[in-house]
Amino acid sequence: MMVVMEKRGSNGKVPFFHRWRRTRLRLRRLPILGIGLLMPIIVCGIFGPAFYPHEPTQMNLAKSLHPPALLPRGEWSYFLGTDQLGRDLLSRLIEGARVSLIVSIFGVALAGLMGVSLGMIAGYFGGGLDHIIMRIVDMMMSIPPILMAILLAASLGSGMMTIILSIMVIFWTGYARVIRGETLSVKQRDFVTLAMVTGCGRVRILMKHIFPNLVNTALVLATLQLGRAIIIEASITFLGLGLQPPASAWGLIISEGRMYLSTAWWIPTFSGLAIMMTVLGSNITGDWLRNALDPKLRRI
Amino acid sequence: MNQECLLSVENLKTYFFTKSGVVKAVDGVTFSVSPGEALGIAGESGSGKSITCLSLVRLVPQPAGRIVGGKVLFQGEDLLIKKEEEMRELRGKTIAMILQDPLTSLNPVFTIGNQVGEVFKLNGDKKWKTIRAKAIDILNRVKIPSAEQRLNDYPFQFSGGMRQRVLAAVGIARKPKLLIADEPTTSLDVTIQDQFLRLLKELQQRTEMSLILVTHDLGVVAETCDRVAIMYAGRIVEIGSVERVYHAPAHPYTNALMKALPKLRGRTKRLYQIEGEPPNLYDLPSGCRFHPRCPMAKDICREKYPPEVLVSGGGAAACWLLVNGGNHP
Repeated sequence: MMVVMEKRGSNGKVPFFHRWRRTRLRLRRLPILGIGLLMPIIVCGIFGPAFYPHEPTQMNLAKSLHPPALLPRGEWSYFLGTDQLGRDLLSRLIEGARVSLIVSIFGVALAGLMGVSLGMIAGYFGGGLDHIIMRIVDMMMSIPPILMAILLAASLGSGMMTIILSIMVIFWTGYARVIRGETLSVKQRDFVTLAMVTGCGRVRILMKHIFPNLVNTALVLATLQLGRAIIIEASITFLGLGLQPPASAWGLIISEGRMYLSTAWWIPTFSGLAIMMTVLGSNITGDWLRNALDPKLRRI
Repeated sequence: MNQECLLSVENLKTYFFTKSGVVKAVDGVTFSVSPGEALGIAGESGSGKSITCLSLVRLVPQPAGRIVGGKVLFQGEDLLIKKEEEMRELRGKTIAMILQDPLTSLNPVFTIGNQVGEVFKLNGDKKWKTIRAKAIDILNRVKIPSAEQRLNDYPFQFSGGMRQRVLAAVGIARKPKLLIADEPTTSLDVTIQDQFLRLLKELQQRTEMSLILVTHDLGVVAETCDRVAIMYAGRIVEIGSVERVYHAPAHPYTNALMKALPKLRGRTKRLYQIEGEPPNLYDLPSGCRFHPRCPMAKDICREKYPPEVLVSGGGAAACWLLVNGGNHP
């Protein structure tokens, strides 16, 4: 990576020209592809109702399994075609974006909160606590994720909270493992010893000296897991354990559409594409984030 | 004499309990430091210098390491029986430390100003403005050019020598009574080393704090310290003023070390070399630890550890040759 040393004027401020140059450099590195893929989904998730060409739940049996606009028999008002009940596919996908985003962001954030704190505690304090936490992690990891989701859905009933909980239960272990390892390596570093000889307490060292060194890892992990979380969410709804019809979620649309795969390929294809866009977008953005957060490259 | 001592260490023992046995890293170390004095602790690697220092602030690597005996009297109070909270209060405030490696001792994700400022925050300063002003002041005192601008830089933008100065700033920030510098110059090149030692000396003299300088470089000791303690295999074999120890070493090990130093004058011959290797700390030789390598070893050296004997010209050394005029079978 190129590192441009900044130039400072006599007053210690960065002259306008260099500031502008730095901004431009930073902008040039933005992950156009990642943001390009992710942005439409996020906008749909937030402002969804404003874009509905039709009400997502409005049925029109006369128009059932209508193909997308560019195919013969297609209509522009049903741009991506309709499903078996004549509901507009595009509207349903837009509504599904909201569900996917809420579920995956909250699920991953909760998993991160739990995993990072437990991983840090395990790594920093070590000993028996470390053993207990890590054995629980091993146990959780040995249960297949979908089985875990089925168990949760069976005991809590299906719904959005259940999916968020399942995602948290499935993903916190990954955080805990990685963060524990990182904590182990960071706490060996000399600046932790320096903090100790300057008279910092344990909690202060953990929060002020070790935690900031882990944020990077945790954030990158979160963006990578965001993609997987959306797939898990889709799988859970696909199995019928998540949101129930007539709600729209991408997994649900695929699951309902798979019966008509031979005649109406567009239903699972476009919802699959929506999932792919989100996953790919968040992965690319995650990679970029990792570089952008590196302090050695941050100030360019 | 005890009244004048700032720090007096008595028979300090720090052992490491490992799977393959007990490592006696520090095994009965006794020394004292007066206010304003600079004491050098020199020895080869593995002789227990660093562990001695870490034991003074009770930060021996856990869980393997443990202080198993002795006393560390600081201003008359035994640090080894203090509560952990009291120790934390003490660290940084009255006893500060400079670590070995300046390249890794600063947190890479914070700016220099932030890290120097934290010391003042620990000291109870609340306002960001006063913290900043104090940070600039302390960085000026360790002679970091244009400190005000460099406050916002990250550690990777500093060179090794500059980073070591920042660490020195962190060390002296709370005006400690004792500064422990654990090989502060090993990772710096010679010119920077010299600059840093001068700075350290200057800071020490100006603030009248005591200094313990750990190093394996006898030249560094000569330049900076008033007294020197030579360590071998976890014990101090000789202690005394730098002048006396360098010019009239009493212990055969010190003597051998001095002979092994290259001289500027005279014809260069092959340098003197101490035969053998430093002892395995798992399995120390009986009696005097140096006897397998000592050219003047006698029977008694194999059997009993020698007592500390006062040496004419000041200081003490632990060797049977100094007892009873060296007349042993």
